[in-house]
Amino acid sequence: MSPHLGPNVAQDVSELVEYHFMVNALLAGAIVAVTAGVAGWLMVLRAEAFAGHTLSVMAFPGASAAALAGIPAAWGYYAACALAALAIGRTGSLRGGRTPAPRGEAAAGIALVQAAALAAGFLFLSLYGGVLGDLESDLFGTFLGVSDERLITLLVVGAAVLAVLAAIARPLVFASVDPDVAAAHGVRVRALGSVFLLALGLAVAAASQVTGALLVFSLLVGPAASAQALTSRPLASLVLTVALGLIVAWVGLGVSYFSTYPAGFFIATASCLVYVLARLLAGLRSRRGGPRARLPAAEPAPGEVLA
Amino acid sequence: MLSQEFMRNALLAGTFVALACGACGWFLVLRAQVFAGDALGHVAFPGALAAAAAGIDERVGLFAATVLVAIAIGLLGRDALAGRAGAGGAGARGSEDTAIGIAFTFVLGLGVLFLTLFSRGSGGAAGVQAARTLFGSIFGLSAGQARLAAAIGAAATLALAAIARPLLFATVTPGVARALGVRTRVLDLAFLALLGVVVAEAAQAVGALLLLVLLAAPALAAHRLVARPLAGVCAAAALAVASTWAGLVLAYAVPSLPPSTAIVGAAVLASSLALGCRGLAAMLA
Repeated sequence: MSPHLGPNVAQDVSELVEYHFMVNALLAGAIVAVTAGVAGWLMVLRAEAFAGHTLSVMAFPGASAAALAGIPAAWGYYAACALAALAIGRTGSLRGGRTPAPRGEAAAGIALVQAAALAAGFLFLSLYGGVLGDLESDLFGTFLGVSDERLITLLVVGAAVLAVLAAIARPLVFASVDPDVAAAHGVRVRALGSVFLLALGLAVAAASQVTGALLVFSLLVGPAASAQALTSRPLASLVLTVALGLIVAWVGLGVSYFSTYPAGFFIATASCLVYVLARLLAGLRSRRGGPRARLPAAEPAPGEVLA
Repeated sequence: MLSQEFMRNALLAGTFVALACGACGWFLVLRAQVFAGDALGHVAFPGALAAAAAGIDERVGLFAATVLVAIAIGLLGRDALAGRAGAGGAGARGSEDTAIGIAFTFVLGLGVLFLTLFSRGSGGAAGVQAARTLFGSIFGLSAGQARLAAAIGAAATLALAAIARPLLFATVTPGVARALGVRTRVLDLAFLALLGVVVAEAAQAVGALLLLVLLAAPALAAHRLVARPLAGVCAAAALAVASTWAGLVLAYAVPSLPPSTAIVGAAVLASSLALGCRGLAAMLA
């Protein structure tokens, strides 16, 4: 039976879940959406998008190193992402001492890690000599290859990432919002940052198996940025992030089943669409001036008090 | 070595591409816009594929994609900054990064679509094309392509030199620059568009995924080593050119080493050495 999209949505959905591989793909999408959503929410809060992107391209050196060593590509992913997370954590302290490097130089340090890893990946690939069979699906995602075994690995990795993030959540948010005060209160800001990057690396490696390495951002940044644009309450925006992530992943996978184009394209498009809608909605609300937007204006400005 | 024509072409193109990348990179690091440079590098790939799918010269797609997205990033980023004028600092910068991330992921998603469309039409050519755009093929340049690359690199460097003084002013103290009548918005956009041109040019030489190193590594070392702006720009450009030469010679000597990897390796090594010297000097002082 060839996939056929009819006007009856319920029938379309029941057709989707008829196949084992499709159920696996949707489950994998759900695990990844939740894990990447939570990690991405913290990443957007910490303004570490570039670090997240660098971790996401680590799939390439990971996969090519694994091919060269003759081990499963997924192992290479996880190892490369974890190594890169540690390296990025180090670049923050390149200058030594307590003064952090200026933003531009910190970003350049991350770029150095990324470029070196990609070049190494290219070298491994040419040493390997063969064609990396699924380079295209590594980079741009597939929903056909999610075996039961892979699903369980994803579940374990996702649960581990969520457990680590839950354990460090409170001090991490404190350290992200106000690092100086947090450090003064004895919070180990730098160690927390490194642990977070490690968890982010694992989340990225897991997500890249569904969306592909280059499109991880569609689940990592899109839902989180949309949610943070819509509400400023932490818990509400976290829940909204996960919900939006699930919608983006499932809609992307579902549509790609009925078309002949890769899942990554639809997931990226859905994510971008959600973000644009969220920005428009937020802009509309602030123009109309909701109760929260009007609150600061009610207080007298410093100039008025003096007058 | 110089009697080989492909080597002469590679050296000619590589020198001027590295010159433009090094000089642009110095400003990029100063302005904390490395992520924008990286995003433009990724966008080059869908651009080239779109042109290939449409059956026109890939360079048209390459330049169109990078320059258009550069301008889009400039406009979106300004929007994000204006939206959080009160928050300032990391918040504003973070939301610009987020906008960049979403924009380039979307364009990459389009790239996947083009890759699928293109591969239907042409059998195995798609994979070769994709690999060439992602990783560059500096040894495969013809004499005409090399001359064109050199001309564009030189023109970009001259254009940067022309706007360097007001750009530096607008970067270091934007408020004062604006008050004195410097048109900072126009400069921001002009710099990003220029960056788009440089990235599109470099993508053909070292590849879309690897050009980041020529932008970031020499500039990082220059910022750590030299405080004065003019000396810093010159140091970054010189380091970039030296790494490119070293990489090309190395790749010529070791045939199994791809030239892109050799250039990246040389640039990362040179920057690390520069940083190490700096650390040693600080320890002795």
